[in-house]
Amino acid sequence: MSTRTATAATVTSGPSRPAERRRRRRRGAIERRRTRAALLFLSPAFLVLGVFVFWPILSALITSFTNDRYLDTVDWVGLANYRRLLDDERFWTALENTAVYTLVTAPVSVALALGLALLLNQRLPARGLLRAAIFLPWVVSLGISAIAWSALIDPQIGMLTSWLSSLGISIGDGLRDPSVAMPAVMFVGIWRNVGFFMVMYLAGLQQIPQHLREAALLDGASAVKRFRHVTWPLLANTTMFVVIIAAIFAFQAFDQIYVMTGGGPFFQTETLVMLIYGTAVLDYDLGYATAISWVLVVIVLTLSLIQMRFFSKRAVEY
Amino acid sequence: MAAVALPTTRPRRRVSAGAVLSLFVLCAAAAIALLPLAWLLTASVRTQGDLTGNPSTIIPSGITFQNYVDIWRMIPFGRQFLNTTVFALTVACVSVVIDSMAAYALARFRFPARTFVFVALIATLLVPIQVTFVPVYNLLVDLGWINTMQGLIVPRVADAFGIFFLRQFFLALPRDLEDAARIDGAGEFQIYRRIMFPLAGPALVTIFIFNLVNNWNDLLWPLMVMPDQDTTTLPAGLAMFRGQYVVDYGPLMAGATLALIPMIIAFIVVQRRFIESIATTGIK
Repeated sequence: MSTRTATAATVTSGPSRPAERRRRRRRGAIERRRTRAALLFLSPAFLVLGVFVFWPILSALITSFTNDRYLDTVDWVGLANYRRLLDDERFWTALENTAVYTLVTAPVSVALALGLALLLNQRLPARGLLRAAIFLPWVVSLGISAIAWSALIDPQIGMLTSWLSSLGISIGDGLRDPSVAMPAVMFVGIWRNVGFFMVMYLAGLQQIPQHLREAALLDGASAVKRFRHVTWPLLANTTMFVVIIAAIFAFQAFDQIYVMTGGGPFFQTETLVMLIYGTAVLDYDLGYATAISWVLVVIVLTLSLIQMRFFSKRAVEY
Repeated sequence: MAAVALPTTRPRRRVSAGAVLSLFVLCAAAAIALLPLAWLLTASVRTQGDLTGNPSTIIPSGITFQNYVDIWRMIPFGRQFLNTTVFALTVACVSVVIDSMAAYALARFRFPARTFVFVALIATLLVPIQVTFVPVYNLLVDLGWINTMQGLIVPRVADAFGIFFLRQFFLALPRDLEDAARIDGAGEFQIYRRIMFPLAGPALVTIFIFNLVNNWNDLLWPLMVMPDQDTTTLPAGLAMFRGQYVVDYGPLMAGATLALIPMIIAFIVVQRRFIESIATTGIK
């Protein structure tokens, strides 16, 4: 029992203290048993991930230092692929597009998801139906729904195009218009993910003990105050999860861009993942493609660690 | 049962004041969410002439089921449907067990290199599938797993996303029950199977839906592992079909509608359990 308490204390208060370490040595046998159990619990998952994820990622790192082009001869080229990135304008455009896409879609979809989850977490008629409807875009293949969206905003035969033009709004050349293409693929990205993040938030909201909200209500706290001081802090774990996932989804956006614009017009919607796909699959330039992949990996990893540090300071236990 | 989750203590009139506005916003959001899907559904019963002739309406001028007949004739729809079902269901069931075991270990145990293991896991979440495309393909060729169901299923039965999500859930669960069982002398696996696994019900359902839908809809993975049109999954089959008949919207949308219906049914079924399981998690 005391081991459990000590463990709990360490988890919440950071590095272990000397007193506790002494106590732990006495409990060495129990610790060893628990370590063995933990490794057994982890082994199936990490066997699969090791063979089909970890190893391929490292293998891709090795490829990034070569000039692999699906040919018989592969030469070690050192940092040449990475040096080539610095002068590659197409790479910098893709990096900028990825940043813009992420900075817009991630915060907007998380905020919308939280808002909708809060609205849905009250007594309402047709609550289940509304929740299902808003979640539905996530259930559909993005490749297929992107075809539907492209058809809806087609400049000639699109249903939305004709609705908008009767309101006096023109979308010009549709997805071939640089000023329409990026907002359109961002919109479809948000459209797809909001329902998913909303369900995550609903699960988080349902975990908040009812008595805490009731206590705040009895104290006469307003809705805004109840949200700021009860709901929001207790959602910290969920928010950390949702924000990280939203950023990752945004950084890996591919399906709807591939279907709707193919990265065009003039590379205006080409993200890093689109560029990697094009370089590997269309140009057969595996060395360069894996080098871009690794730049993407390093950027996303850094951002996520910053986010986790930021949120872990705010996490509240109850 | 479900009433536990609702704020029943509020006076009724205060609820209905905000409810109208809430309902309005939620209905608008639902309409936007459903618009392209509704279009897809009606487009599947319209003729090509109707689609291009009357673009401003979602309502068909006449209903034809010829598109549904055509799609069965144009691709091996039945076989692809069966493969998609076996693939997505197997992955969803197995991954819930494997992911939750790993997540439980990461959330509740201390062991050497735990932080390293966790960071490595997060790192795999961040890596786009395109990065691993070439090495994984070469590996599957070496194993002789291309165009096999095990090639499609096995690499997918553990996923970093599920482990990460379930870990967050286990972190938020109270330790009381687990400690009580440990005092009673229960083994670690028993604690996981009898207490933690049932307690994680709603989160497990979420991950089950996630993996079912994700794999059912996946395009790149089946295209890579099952490149043969006769044995591939539905989305890949439809994509290949789209490549062959670019302008034929009707049959494409009929196929898309049929691919979509099982996911909608699964979601509706799971939704109810989702809400019911709220009551069972209620230890405070």
